[in-house]
Amino acid sequence: MFSIIQSMWLTFLHAFHKRETIQYPEEKVKLTTRWRGRIVLTRDPDMGERCVGCYLCAAACPVDCISLQATEDENGRRYPEFFRINFSRCIFCGYCEEACPTYAIQLIPDFEMAEYDRQNLVYEKKDLLIEGEGKYPGYNYYRVAGLAIGGKKKGEAINENPPVDVKSLLP
Amino acid sequence: MATLYIDNKPYEVKAGKNLLETCLGLGLDLPYFCWHPSLGSVGACRQCAIKVFKDETDTRGRIVMACMEPVADKQRISIAHPDAVEFRANVIESLMTNHPHDCAVCDEGGSCHLQDMTVMSGHNYRRFRYNKRTFQNQDLGPFINHEMNRCITCYRCVRFYRDYAGGRDLNAFASRSNVYFGREEDGPLESEFSGNLAEICPTGVFTDKTLKEHYTRKWDLTMAPSVCQHCSLGCNTIAGERYGELRMIANRYNGEVNGYFLCDRGRFGYEFTNSDLRIRQPFISKFPVTKQQVLAEVATDIKKGKVIGIGSPRASLQSNFALKQLVGADRFFHGVSDNDHNIADLIVKILKEGPIRVASMHDVQQADAVLILGEDLTNTAPMLALAVRQAVKQQPMKKLAKANIPAWHDAAAKELLQDEKGPLFIASINTTKLDDVATATYHAAPDDIARFGFAIASCLDRSVPSVSNLPGELQSLAQRIADALSNAERPVIISGASSQTQSVIRAAANVAWALHKKNKNTGLAYTLAECNSMGLALMGGHRLNSAFDAVMNGHADTVIVMENDLYRHGKAADVDAFLNKAKKVIVFDHIVHRTVEKAHVVLPAGAFSESDGIVVNNEGRAQRYFQVYECHEPIQESWRWIVDISKFENNVGMGWEHFEGLTRTIAEAEPLLRDINRVSPPASYRIAGQKIPREPHRYSGRTAMLANINVSEPKPPVDPDSPLSYTMEGYKGLPPSSAIPFFWTPGWNSVQSVNKYQEEIGGSLKGGDPGIRLIEPNLKSTLSYFTELPEPFVPMKDHLWTVPLFHIFGSEELSVLGDAVAKRAPQHYIMINALDAAEQKLSENQELAFDVEGQLYRLPVKISTTLPKGLAGLPYGLPGLPNVELPAWLIYKK
Ligand code: SF4
Ligand code: SF4
Ligand code: SF4
Ligand code: SF4
Ligand code: FES
Repeated sequence: MFSIIQSMWLTFLHAFHKRETIQYPEEKVKLTTRWRGRIVLTRDPDMGERCVGCYLCAAACPVDCISLQATEDENGRRYPEFFRINFSRCIFCGYCEEACPTYAIQLIPDFEMAEYDRQNLVYEKKDLLIEGEGKYPGYNYYRVAGLAIGGKKKGEAINENPPVDVKSLLP
Repeated sequence: MATLYIDNKPYEVKAGKNLLETCLGLGLDLPYFCWHPSLGSVGACRQCAIKVFKDETDTRGRIVMACMEPVADKQRISIAHPDAVEFRANVIESLMTNHPHDCAVCDEGGSCHLQDMTVMSGHNYRRFRYNKRTFQNQDLGPFINHEMNRCITCYRCVRFYRDYAGGRDLNAFASRSNVYFGREEDGPLESEFSGNLAEICPTGVFTDKTLKEHYTRKWDLTMAPSVCQHCSLGCNTIAGERYGELRMIANRYNGEVNGYFLCDRGRFGYEFTNSDLRIRQPFISKFPVTKQQVLAEVATDIKKGKVIGIGSPRASLQSNFALKQLVGADRFFHGVSDNDHNIADLIVKILKEGPIRVASMHDVQQADAVLILGEDLTNTAPMLALAVRQAVKQQPMKKLAKANIPAWHDAAAKELLQDEKGPLFIASINTTKLDDVATATYHAAPDDIARFGFAIASCLDRSVPSVSNLPGELQSLAQRIADALSNAERPVIISGASSQTQSVIRAAANVAWALHKKNKNTGLAYTLAECNSMGLALMGGHRLNSAFDAVMNGHADTVIVMENDLYRHGKAADVDAFLNKAKKVIVFDHIVHRTVEKAHVVLPAGAFSESDGIVVNNEGRAQRYFQVYECHEPIQESWRWIVDISKFENNVGMGWEHFEGLTRTIAEAEPLLRDINRVSPPASYRIAGQKIPREPHRYSGRTAMLANINVSEPKPPVDPDSPLSYTMEGYKGLPPSSAIPFFWTPGWNSVQSVNKYQEEIGGSLKGGDPGIRLIEPNLKSTLSYFTELPEPFVPMKDHLWTVPLFHIFGSEELSVLGDAVAKRAPQHYIMINALDAAEQKLSENQELAFDVEGQLYRLPVKISTTLPKGLAGLPYGLPGLPNVELPAWLIYKK
C-alpha cells in the first residue's frame, strides 16, 4: 500500500521536472561523441584513405551488411576498390569500428539517415568516405606497418631499423 | 603400440613416431612451426616444447621439443604443465619481436599459422619496445609474392624447396637474426612447385600472387572440393570463389594422390576461368542470342541433320556420356588424335588385362627403384616428378633403421645419408629436370627408347624377345638397370603418352611384367595427355578420323563438338576441311578457340569451377569436382545443355535430370565405369540433418554484396546435385572425405588444420582417401609379352625426326590462357642438335623454315647438345603453334 502511494507521489513530482521532450526536428538532438550512428570511412593525417581493405569489419558485422574488395595502388598501398554498407540491415552495433585495425571505419553521432526508398540505404564508398580523421586523430596505420608504400620505404616506419644488408659479412 | 600418458591420461599410440605428431594425431593442440609431416623434424623453432617426466613420481620433469623426441612406451608427458606453457609463450614472444604490424595488409591473415599459434600460445600484448629488423623484398615472378619482414626463420621454405622439391634458386642468406630467405637476385622462382611455398610457409612471407590480384580472405571464399584439370594426375584441389569469380586454388590433401602439394600449373592455371576469352553467352552465327533461341536452333538442327558428336578428354564423364547418349553410341567420337586414342586404348588394355596394379603417386613416392621410359615428367605430369624425387630417397633411407634414426628425424637423416640417391633411371628424348637425381640417363629417339626398354625386359626375363645389335655400353646399362630393379623391394616403372609412341608404352609393360614375375610389389604407372583422357578411354567411342571421314563422305552433316579444340588434335588442314564441309557446327565450350571461331552455334559451357563432374586420372581413379558457385545464366555444364536440348526437342528429356541420375545412367550403361556411383555421397546425404556448407562460418557481406543491384537479397541458390550448400549454414564438423570444401577446425584457421582430418598424420583422410579406382589388375592375367620390337632409329639426310617437347607452362591448353602461367610460357622454337645445326649452318635463334606432314613452319632455332642427332623438338601445344601429329619427319624448306 505504502509503496503504491510512494510511486504515485514520485510520478506526480515529475510533472514539475524539466521537460525531456524536445521539438525535433526544429530542435536538434544532442548526441555524445560515442553515439553509434552513421558510419563513415576516415582518412589518415596525410589525407590518405585509412581503410586498407582488411575485411575485418565485414567479418565482425553480425548482419553481414559490409562488403568490399581490396586492391592496391602502383606503390603497394592497399585500399578498398569498393566499399558498400547496406544500412537497411545495419544494427549500429559498432563491431566494425571495434574490429578495424586502422581506425578507418567509425560510427558517428548522426542518425538522420531515413529514406523513403530502401534502396537508397545502400551506401557506396563515395557516400562513406569523409575528408577527415573522425574521432581518432593522429593514427596512421601505414606508419606502423611493415609494408612499403609510396612515400614510405622499408625501414622507414616507426620503430624500424633500416633494411638489413643481406650480403654484409659483418657479424 | 605404446601407452603414452599425456597430462596423466593414458593413450594407446603408435610407437616410432615423434611426440608432436602423436599429440596432433590424437587431436590435441600443440603449437609448432618447423615440423611438417612431409619434411620431418629439425627442432629449429622451439615452439613445440612439452615436459617429459621420468616416472609417476617425477614432478619436475624436463622440457623437450616434442617434434624431436620419439614415443616411448609408458612415457609420461605434459602439454599443459605451466613450465611448458610459459616456455612456449616466451618462444612465440621472441619470434614476434621483429614481426611487422601487418596482419591487416597481409594475405596470410585469416589463414595464418603464425596467428593461430600466437593465439594458442597466449601471446597477446607486445612488450618488446625496441626497433624491428627489416628486409627488402624480391620480385619472385608471377606466382609468388615476397614480404620478407614477416619471416620467423622456421626454415620450412628452403627445406621444402631444396630438399623436397629439388629446387636450387631459393636459399637462406646472411646470419644470426638477419637470416634472409630468397634468391640470389630478383627473378622468377625456377621450381615448378614454388606455389607450395604459400602453404608451406607458416607466415605471410610467401603468398599467392594471383590471389593478390583480387584478394579475398579465406573466410570470405565460397569453396568446393575440386580436381585439377591441367594434367592426367588429377590432383585434388580446393577452389574458392568470391563475387562470381574464381579466386584461388589450394591443395586438398589426398594421401594416395597429391598429398600436401600441387604443381604451379595446377595452382595458378585457374586464371583461365576469368579470362576475357570466356564464352558467357550463346551465339548463333556469331550473334548473341537467348537461351531459348539457341535451344530451338540446336533442337531443329539435331532433328533435321545427320548428327555426330565429338567428345573431349578435358570434359567430364558426365558431359561426354550425355553427348554420347544424345547422338547415339555409334555416332560418338573421342575428340583426340588417332594416335592418342590408340595409346590410351593400349594403356587401358595393359592396366586392365595385365597383372600389375597401377601405382598411385603415393606408391611412386614409396618406390625404392624407378625406371622412367620416354617421359619428361616435370613437364607432362609434374607432381609425379615430385613423387619420383621422394622415391630416390627410399633406398638410402633403409640405412636409417640400422643406425637407429627414425625417418622423421630429418636433420640426423640428412647428416647420415648426405646426398646419397637410390636408383632412378631415365630414358627420355631430351634431358629432363629429374636427370639431376638420376643414377643414369639415356637420351634417344622414341623407338630407341622402346628398344632399350625391351632390352631391359629381356635382361630380366629371357623369354622377352631380346634386342640384337644394341651398342655394348647400352646393353650393359640395360643389365645394370635390370639388376637394380630386381634388387629393389618396390620398383616402379613409369611411362606415358607424351612420346606419342606405342612401342615405348609396350616396352614399359614388358619391363614391369618381367619384374612382376620376380617381385609382386612391382608398380607400373602411365601418364596420359589430359585430365580425363583415361575416363574417355574407358568409355566407348570412335576415332576422330572416322568422324572426319563421316562428314567428308556425307554420312553426317551436323557436328556437335564438346569442350574441344579440334585444332589441337588434328592437322589444321584436315580440321579446316572437316569444319567447312559440315553444314552445321555446334560447339559447347567455356573458352574461345579456333574451333569455336568456326562454329555456327556456340553454347556457353561451365568451366570446372561452374560444373559438377567426374574425371578419371591416370591411375584410373574416378574423382568428382563440385560446382564452386552457381554460374551466371546462361552458362551451365555441357550435360545440362544436353538435357535442356533434349527436353526442348521432344519433351521427354534424357531419362535423367541431375548429376546423380546421370551418373547412375553412366554406371549402368558403361561396364568400365560401373563404380562411379560411389565416388561422392548422394545429393540427399545429410549429417545431423544438415548439408555441408561451402562457406566458412565467418563468411561476410551476405546482405551487402548484391545490394547495389537490389537491396533485397536474393534467395541463396539451391544445389540439386550435391549435399553441399551454397551458404555458410550447415554441419560444422568433418564432412565425408570426398566432399571437404575447405580445411578448418577451431583454433586452426590455416591449412595446417588438415592434421585433424587425417586418420593418422600424413596418412589417409578420415573415411579413406577420396576417389574410386576403376581399374584393377587381372591377377590371373594370361597376357604374354609384347613382341613388336621397333627398328632402331636411323637419321635421314636432310630430314629430322620431329618429336613433341612438353612445357609445364604452355603445353596445356587452358592454364596458359591465364596471365601468370602465360608469363612463364616459352616462345615458339624448333630445337635441333648442335651437329645438325652445324651441318645446316644454322645458328641459335636463326629462323628455320620447314615442313612437317604438309604443315609449314617458320621458327627460330634452339640448339641443343642433349637432343639426339637427327631429331628435332617441336614444343607441344603452345598457343598459336599449329598442331601436327608427331613424331613425323621434318623437311627443310629453303
Ligand atoms: S576493418 Fe577497417 S581497414 Fe579493415 S576493411 Fe574494414 S574499414 Fe577497412
Ligand atoms: S604472417 Fe600472419 S601474423 Fe604475420 S602479419 Fe601476416 S597474418 Fe599477421
Ligand atoms: S620464409 Fe616462411 S617458411 Fe621460410 S623460414 Fe621464414 S617463415 Fe619459415
Ligand atoms: S601435377 Fe597435374 S594434376 Fe597435379 S597439380 Fe599439376 S597439373 Fe594439376
Ligand atoms: S616444431 Fe618442434 S621445434 Fe619446431
